[in-house]
Amino acid sequence: MWNMVEDEKMLSSVQNPRILLLHCRRSKPLHHHYHHRHYGKPIHATPLSRSISASLPTSQIQTIQKSILSREKTTRQFAEEFLNRLRLTEPHVKSFLHVSETVLDEADEIDRKIDRNEDVGPLAGVLVAVKDNICTADMPSTAGSKILENYRPPFDATAVKKLRESGAIIVGKTNLDEFGMGSTTEGSAYQVTANPWNLECVPGGSSGGSAAAVSARQCVVSLGSDTGGSVRQPASFCGVVGLKPTYGRVSRYGLVAYASSLDVIGCFGSSVADAGILLQTICGHDKLDATSSKREVNDFTSQFISKDYFESQPLKGLRVGVISETLGDGVDQEVVSSIRGAISHLEELGCTVTEVSLPSFSLGLPAYYVLASSESSSNLSRYDGVRYGNQMVSDELSALYGGSRANGFGPEVKRRILMGTYALSAGYYDAYYKRAQQVRTLVQKTFKAALDSHDILISPAAPSAAYKIGEKKNDPLAMYAGDIMTVNVNLAGLPALVLPCGFVKDSASSLPVGFQMIGAAFDEEKLLRVGHIFEQTLQGYSFIPPLIADEFKS
Amino acid sequence: MGLPGALPVLNSKVIKCAVMLGLALNCKLSLSSKFDRKQYFYPDLPKGYQISQFDIPIATNGFIDVDLPLEFGGGHRRFGITRVHMEEDAGKLLHTGSGSYSQVDLNRAGVPLLEIVSEPDMRTGIEAAEYAAELQRVVRYLGVSNGNMQEGSLRCDVNVSIRPIGQLEFGTKVEIKNLNSFSAMSRAIDFEIARQAELYNQGQADEIVQETRLWEEGAQKTVTMRKKEGLADYRYFPEPDLPEVVLTEEYVNGIRDSLPELPEMKRRRYEEMGLTMQDVLFLANDVNVAEFFDATIAKVPDIKLAANWIMGDIAAYMKNEKLSINEIKLSPQELSELIASIKSGTISGKIGKEILLELMEKGGTVKGLIEEKDLVQIVDPVEIEKIIDKVIANNPKQLEQYRGGKTKLQGFFAGQVMKESKGKANPGLVNKILIEKLNAKS
Repeated sequence: MWNMVEDEKMLSSVQNPRILLLHCRRSKPLHHHYHHRHYGKPIHATPLSRSISASLPTSQIQTIQKSILSREKTTRQFAEEFLNRLRLTEPHVKSFLHVSETVLDEADEIDRKIDRNEDVGPLAGVLVAVKDNICTADMPSTAGSKILENYRPPFDATAVKKLRESGAIIVGKTNLDEFGMGSTTEGSAYQVTANPWNLECVPGGSSGGSAAAVSARQCVVSLGSDTGGSVRQPASFCGVVGLKPTYGRVSRYGLVAYASSLDVIGCFGSSVADAGILLQTICGHDKLDATSSKREVNDFTSQFISKDYFESQPLKGLRVGVISETLGDGVDQEVVSSIRGAISHLEELGCTVTEVSLPSFSLGLPAYYVLASSESSSNLSRYDGVRYGNQMVSDELSALYGGSRANGFGPEVKRRILMGTYALSAGYYDAYYKRAQQVRTLVQKTFKAALDSHDILISPAAPSAAYKIGEKKNDPLAMYAGDIMTVNVNLAGLPALVLPCGFVKDSASSLPVGFQMIGAAFDEEKLLRVGHIFEQTLQGYSFIPPLIADEFKS
Repeated sequence: MGLPGALPVLNSKVIKCAVMLGLALNCKLSLSSKFDRKQYFYPDLPKGYQISQFDIPIATNGFIDVDLPLEFGGGHRRFGITRVHMEEDAGKLLHTGSGSYSQVDLNRAGVPLLEIVSEPDMRTGIEAAEYAAELQRVVRYLGVSNGNMQEGSLRCDVNVSIRPIGQLEFGTKVEIKNLNSFSAMSRAIDFEIARQAELYNQGQADEIVQETRLWEEGAQKTVTMRKKEGLADYRYFPEPDLPEVVLTEEYVNGIRDSLPELPEMKRRRYEEMGLTMQDVLFLANDVNVAEFFDATIAKVPDIKLAANWIMGDIAAYMKNEKLSINEIKLSPQELSELIASIKSGTISGKIGKEILLELMEKGGTVKGLIEEKDLVQIVDPVEIEKIIDKVIANNPKQLEQYRGGKTKLQGFFAGQVMKESKGKANPGLVNKILIEKLNAKS
């Protein structure tokens, strides 16, 4: 064990014990140049059942920032650590479609700026991975599809622009189900990403690459996108934190559109604090996105305080509603018990937990698939091979269109385009699209009513833990059914946070289980506060996958 | 371009223009309207859909009043406007001569347009052409567009059908595209009416099918472009990337109050002033000309003179020099000053014409020019007499000839007097005194 100097202000870091030891030798207080924070008194790390040193996950971002600003460690050193780990794990996990070649150069530049006492931004030194359906001007953006193979956008997505402005280093583009359509990354035209907890299992999808990259600690945080659960389900499968903001919180400019009224860009992190800091950086009104909200953004990050400052029942008075339709038939028993475990923990923290029924819950799934397919069939019309992307040359126009699209799109994408075109076609619009919109309004109303009488609602993020690669590939309906926990949130446009709360164990491995917290529109602050407190006080779990666990043993 | 990740953003100016136009066309405005996606594949449509307004356009149920040109019989018509809606433009296709490829110019793709759909109220090519011309006048008056068909700022497609007299139901309609001028529109419609009538007469009415035909300017006929295979299914659904357009009463009233006087109002006002229909149609045609006219008569209310000057000398000059009325250097204030000067007799009409030319070319003021060039008309009979005496004295030969019978030489003498007086002598007085002098026996 080690002792911290009394007046040192820092959050403990679990990731690299060396940092803690280095800090011990310092006697002067650390400098940090961004907003005033509360820092806890030094914590005694509690021994855990697993051989992981130190305590619970907190903010890697803050740790890195402090280290590089105090010059205790260089940005380059951090970058090299992550890149080494990336290199070692990538052949197994395959999270990335493209890795940046300028990471170390960018790291050096940050170090130079620090040396010159220049401002470097709140995410300086932080390696961020970006899902490949988010446009980056300096790296290919394929959306996981052959039709955009080697496509390089002429602009950065607004979220990416904000990341760069904050000093983040974009380490690469991550794998996804093609155009965001899928729940496993098996729909990618390029590769299948493996779950770092069990390489024979899927990481979830469609943001499987982004979730796996954070899970395997190949990067600090990552961006994904969530249309029907594509950030939350992989977060659950990979044992990381996934944050889906309110629709309109983060600009969609530069996000390759799948379903325009449902898409959002979301955040992955190894801790709630990191996911929250990332969100803070990328959210805000954008005049380039007419659907982005003008709502003011509060400072979420000031609430990520050390648990030493928590009151004895820090969540006293919080009214939590468990959605009863999500703990019944069709949900894995072990998932249910993990969720019940989470509920107990919340009660210990002072929450009042009750069951709430949302009768329209099951309608969300078919409504979602009708709406998402319809909008995507329209959004994907632009991929004709003419102005960009892969073209099947032909002398005749419709053969050129047809060939390029038949060749460039995978089967799941084609399936959804056909479904969506059908649902919008003359004579069917009223029965499908219009009807689905009416169901959507119902879903919104029931959520609003439930959130009027509860602060947050909770449910599992998925009905099971990660399943084997190939298991649902030929059964699209079974795959769709797995979205039941997540789609209603997209239909209602609400924010949701998924954080790991337990495991499903079999003979081969342990697979993490995440629970989902749903908040009222634009209430990310509350979700993050509750999530942070939950996470910081959860005992007996470590969510570092065995693949890399060796590195973190003390 | 329809790039991945790109999003449309609403242009606030097009809403203002749509409201202005909707009000000018006497439409009912939808205080809440939305956009829809109209989906089809075509090389000039980069996203594979066009953002338009389908079931809730911004304006509906209006009308426009038109005066038919006198050379076609004149007369007043009112044509219904079904709707005005906002939509985005597609790109432009450029077909090369070779035929092996066409080019797509995407520069204008995404630029907002206003589409105006009329009720099927016109009955001849001329009515349609005048309807279009009036729309052009209106959008120019409003400043919503320059309405130039050659530039593509105003584009027209027509739908033509005929039916036997007495039949209530309309016949099969045929669309005609590639109309590049109002006259082409008029001729195309008349041709198409005749073509369809001929088919009826030959008992081949069922050969009139719903299709799109192109007007061939060279051959002066319509030809089949593509047969519509039934109605296209555009799979309309509400545009999720653009929010609803909500207009407040305040906003609409503000625009209504700031609308300029529209061509129809102007024409009625000019008619009431006593101008002839010909004058009315000319003056009200171009908003700038009308403004010029209004400004001129505000100072000197001689309507007829002002109209004549504008329609005559000034219009001719503009045509020759290919200038608009805003580009000539003459100002309405100076025109009214000119008119006043002539009326008061300060200068003669002839001098007035000369000054006008200089004013148009170089600007300046009437008073200034009169002074500078010493142009004040000579109206003193004594003065004139002196000049006449001088001229007569200088031209004895002609005097003799005149007294010998060549009375036409009066013109010569008058000319000499004008020359001598530098054009300033009042012609009426000159002639009166000249005749006396010439006819006097020495």
